[in-house]
Amino acid sequence: MYRIPSRVLTGALALLFLFPLVWAAVASVSPQGGTAQVHGWGLGNYHTLVHYQAGIGQYLLNSTAVSLMTVAFTLVVSGLGGYAFAMFRFPGRNALFLVTLAILMVPYATLLIPLYVLLNDLGLQNTLVGLSLVLTMFQLPFAVFMMRISFEAVPKELRESALVDGCGSFRALRHILLPAVRPGLVTVGMFAFLAAWNDFITPLVLISDSAKSPLPLAVANMRQQVMGIVDYGATEAGVVVLALPCILIFLALQRHYVRGFMSGALKG
Amino acid sequence: MTVRSLPAVAADSRPSRRRRWSSALAGWGYATPTAAFVLIFFVVPIAIVARMSVSDWKLFTGDRGWNSGKNFQSALDDRLLWPAVWFTVKYTVVTTVILLALALGLALLVQESSRWTGLLRTSFLIPSALGLASASLLFYALYSPQSSPLLGFTDKPISFLGTPVSALWSTVVLIVWRYAGFYMLLLLVGLQSISADVYEAARLDGANRWQTFRRITLPLLRPSLALSTIMCVTGSLLAFDQFYILTKGGPDNSTITIVQLVYNSAFQGRNDLGRAAALSILVLGALLIINVVQFRGLRGKED
Repeated sequence: MYRIPSRVLTGALALLFLFPLVWAAVASVSPQGGTAQVHGWGLGNYHTLVHYQAGIGQYLLNSTAVSLMTVAFTLVVSGLGGYAFAMFRFPGRNALFLVTLAILMVPYATLLIPLYVLLNDLGLQNTLVGLSLVLTMFQLPFAVFMMRISFEAVPKELRESALVDGCGSFRALRHILLPAVRPGLVTVGMFAFLAAWNDFITPLVLISDSAKSPLPLAVANMRQQVMGIVDYGATEAGVVVLALPCILIFLALQRHYVRGFMSGALKG
Repeated sequence: MTVRSLPAVAADSRPSRRRRWSSALAGWGYATPTAAFVLIFFVVPIAIVARMSVSDWKLFTGDRGWNSGKNFQSALDDRLLWPAVWFTVKYTVVTTVILLALALGLALLVQESSRWTGLLRTSFLIPSALGLASASLLFYALYSPQSSPLLGFTDKPISFLGTPVSALWSTVVLIVWRYAGFYMLLLLVGLQSISADVYEAARLDGANRWQTFRRITLPLLRPSLALSTIMCVTGSLLAFDQFYILTKGGPDNSTITIVQLVYNSAFQGRNDLGRAAALSILVLGALLIINVVQFRGLRGKED
């Protein structure tokens, strides 16, 4: 009796959350003055993206390269780091762990200004590799923490037998422990991907060559093209291209997304 | 805690010491990539920014040496500084209150698990898969006078970003849309860690819904609420993307946040890295103080 109206209300609320996304998808292909799609429905706005400066293909490639590099660096560094923090005792262990977590306390902007200078000194200015290295650093507090608790959650017997069996610690990691912490790796990899794909202020500061822009920066810059007249159709199409991979990954890996939160709550 | 994973041998025997040595060496080996990253991309930059803040250091000329605190003077003299501080604080309070209240409501709504609440959770969460920049671009189009579907209802054009007040609220709506699911999930994890026995006991004592919420849910949810508040306050104080994309600080510089001020000092107009560094050191200090106060305030009453 009281279930039906509550379903209507909650369903309406859910639609309210979905509305902007659906609207952007529909608007990007619908006719609208001042865009490339004036008459009838079609992909005119996506066409605009293909021909905008270096072309959306280039920007997609930049974003994909940066995201994949960031995921790879994050997985390797936090996988090894988590293993070290969880299974070994070495001088400076707690200090290093705390300093890694301290990255969270410092605003992006505070770090990006010196990083801009530092990457110049390292010869990595304006490169996608440099951008990925910085994005990896921003991921480390969550990633190392997550991998540490993943290794610590492996049953003690398995850890002990892996280490004592005489197979070296690296082989133990590769053959026995890595499969056991795979869910943690998936969570870390997914968060690293979403963060790298979506980051805006880091490439805004570190990348000045527009052909090397990742997608969010390119779409944001696209708005100021012809004499201050904004092509909203192209912006909508850009948002769809930006959002689609994130939404698909999120829907596919929702369980792992939730796990990231569980670990945060354990800490709190 | 990991020493226990090694077989217990008398403490002073040589194999044990060697084991411990090799364990420490292996540990350092595996921790080296982390240490290298943290050192090169975190510790060194912090040292650079500290030095930069007391140096005459422009974007194009590089380091030209100590300038005895002039950067801090110049940052504090900026006529945009105090309006930006005030705006950032106002934005933070408004966002945190609305966002956390809504997130708590949503978490209570989807608390029990069923297929329906599963669908609801997913719908509330999907916006948080988007980047903040993508979400801002989406709302930029959604608020535009040309393409907005929200204008169909009135004859008079509504200006979503045209006045200082409407720009603030329009941004808050965007942020609430983007983050409500995120904080809902954080609070949901907290809600689910409350044991069913406690609710059962309250029911047996004849507590009504409101009493149960007030006396049981809220106090037991305190750790999750504290974590959410700290994250939300910190995130909002450092707001940048949404204002950079939606309002560019306008109209009339009314929506400039502190981080935008830092960015502008460094890369737009002044190109003064020293001054930007000084300002960001001040921001870092303020943030540390605010977080310590929050930790004390939100955690204190527990013990």
